[in-house]
Amino acid sequence: MNEPGMTTAPAGAPLPATVADSSDEQSSKLYGLLAEFETPAAIYTAAQSVREAGYRWWDCHTPFPVHGLDKAMGIRPTILPWLVLGAGLTGLTLGFLIQWFTNATSFDLWALVWVRGYEFLVSGKPMLSGQVYPIVMFELTVLLAAVGCVTLMFALNKLPMLYHPCFKSERFRRASDDRFFIIIEARDPKFYRNRTEEFLESLGATAVEELES
Amino acid sequence: MTTLTVDNTFDDPTRRAPLVLNHHEFGTVTEKICSVNEARRAPRAWYIAFVISLTFLGILGVMIMYLFAAGVGVWGNMNPVMWGFPIINFVFWVGIGHAGTLISAILHLFRQKWRTGINRFAEAMTIFAVICAGMFPGIHIGRVWVFYWMFPIPNQMEMWPQFRSPLLWDVFAVGTYFTVSLLFWYTGMVPDLATLRDRATTRIRAIAYGILALGWRGSVRHWHRYERAYLMLAALATPLVLSVHSVVSFDFAITLVPGWHTTIFPPYFVAGAIFSGFAMVLTLAVPARQLWGLKDFITMRHLENINKIILVTGSMVGYAYAMEFFIAWYSGSLYESFAFLNRALGQYAWAYWIMVTCNVLVPQIFWFRAARRSIPIMFVACLLVNLGMWFERFVIVVTSLAQDYLPSSWGYFTPTWVDILTLLGSFGLFMTLFLLFCRYLPIIAIAEIKHTMPEADPHGHGATESHAAEEGTA
Repeated sequence: MNEPGMTTAPAGAPLPATVADSSDEQSSKLYGLLAEFETPAAIYTAAQSVREAGYRWWDCHTPFPVHGLDKAMGIRPTILPWLVLGAGLTGLTLGFLIQWFTNATSFDLWALVWVRGYEFLVSGKPMLSGQVYPIVMFELTVLLAAVGCVTLMFALNKLPMLYHPCFKSERFRRASDDRFFIIIEARDPKFYRNRTEEFLESLGATAVEELES
Repeated sequence: MTTLTVDNTFDDPTRRAPLVLNHHEFGTVTEKICSVNEARRAPRAWYIAFVISLTFLGILGVMIMYLFAAGVGVWGNMNPVMWGFPIINFVFWVGIGHAGTLISAILHLFRQKWRTGINRFAEAMTIFAVICAGMFPGIHIGRVWVFYWMFPIPNQMEMWPQFRSPLLWDVFAVGTYFTVSLLFWYTGMVPDLATLRDRATTRIRAIAYGILALGWRGSVRHWHRYERAYLMLAALATPLVLSVHSVVSFDFAITLVPGWHTTIFPPYFVAGAIFSGFAMVLTLAVPARQLWGLKDFITMRHLENINKIILVTGSMVGYAYAMEFFIAWYSGSLYESFAFLNRALGQYAWAYWIMVTCNVLVPQIFWFRAARRSIPIMFVACLLVNLGMWFERFVIVVTSLAQDYLPSSWGYFTPTWVDILTLLGSFGLFMTLFLLFCRYLPIIAIAEIKHTMPEADPHGHGATESHAAEEGTA
């Protein structure tokens, strides 16, 4: 871990790598390195190597979900299913409460305005009905779970985010077409401009370029 | 790229049939599908169809304005047939929607990868069909300016909806169905919108698709959550497919009208809905694949699979028709027996036999392999199925209401010109939305198609090898 010190070494230091590092430090706008791969198999093995090399702030970008790549990257299972379960149970409860309060009770409640439920007697049927209530409860369960599922998925992904450094790269446009990319961010503790570039090239990247933040 | 056509309709279980023909690579898949949206001009047929659709949409607008100005008396709805065309059309359009959700949700859960060729526009079809469906009860309520009484909104009148009414369940069922279908459609489309954004050549396209794509950048950390979310949406939408038309059938089954009050209604309605929906999918898919040259993605195998589903669900519907008759007789109920004999032999027998011919007899042609693979035959058959399913709803709604218990209160329903033009106008609305969708949004799930190609497997053979293998089977 002596290399952060080396980047601050005076110009004309013996190693050319150090010179490059210090010059990048001056621009201080480097977001990371973008490496391009041509096949799913190439990025799969490359991702395994990046993970084994101990990088933490990095990501793969693919035009479609490459099977098993998330596991190869060491991505932990998402919490999303539990949140969706919560949203669904909220819908279930809400479905019951709405029907019960509006059609089977007679007390006041403050829901932005004061509202009152009333006992809505239809054909002498019981107020609390096991036949009638489940339909609306089911619909609201599905509704809230689905809305929660989509909004929380995008929220956890920090989307919408219309700007990102990778969009500056002309090459990156093919990430939604037929190319596969690895981005290692400059803030990663193991990131060194030249060493990381050589590392990415050694993994079979067809091109490596800098991304400005 | 060779132009060799590979036949993927073989039935050899030891070989996996390719879902994308003609040796596409990822890049050419993108190119081919995006060209539908990126062409400077749409095919001439698109413009012709669009003008016709817009005309009918205009007619719909005029009919609705006339309705609002004059009241529901402009329709043929009368005592005792109070429901008439609006409810027939509502049930018809909701049914059409079901195929889209079945394809996107149930086939996804069952890992039916062939769905990827047709799921996007089947889902679009669902949404537009549900828009048409939702319109009809909306304008049928008469006093449209108090439509919000259908929702449990706190109000100064201390008035709540009545949750024991199946009509209110419909509000929740159709509302949920529309919302979930829309979310499913849009979520699936986000990566493809990003593709269109990245390929945009004009600023307007870049901004429009850029906003719609939400900044999607294909991150695997995003894909990971995205795939989980998509799977959960499929799991949530699956019971929804079965529930929506069940709830719609409750509108009928919960009442005490002979011919409606039967327990077979929910499954019978769901089967009919899927049946009519697939027929509509084919009605749209056949011209679309022809027009934009998408035969490599919507292959003959896809069409053949759809025809098989039409055969199965059509036979289920036929079974339901027969079982209704049996139970009507077996129940010993005078009114029930009369209702069904009256359907087949009474004043609406013509509608009943159109229904039986189109829905039960016509699909039987798909027992023959040659018919399942013949474009003209399947297209005509599907048009007839669409017609037959509309008449099914006509028979159910009108015959039971026109002649129920007391002969003194019987009647004969005749639609007015407003009824007929509103029905035709709803097709204008549907087709206008669908044609706009075809022009401006990715009509085939690009990312999903790539995912099903053999080259997409990181552990499998490389791209060139798979091509060689495919050529070997040709």
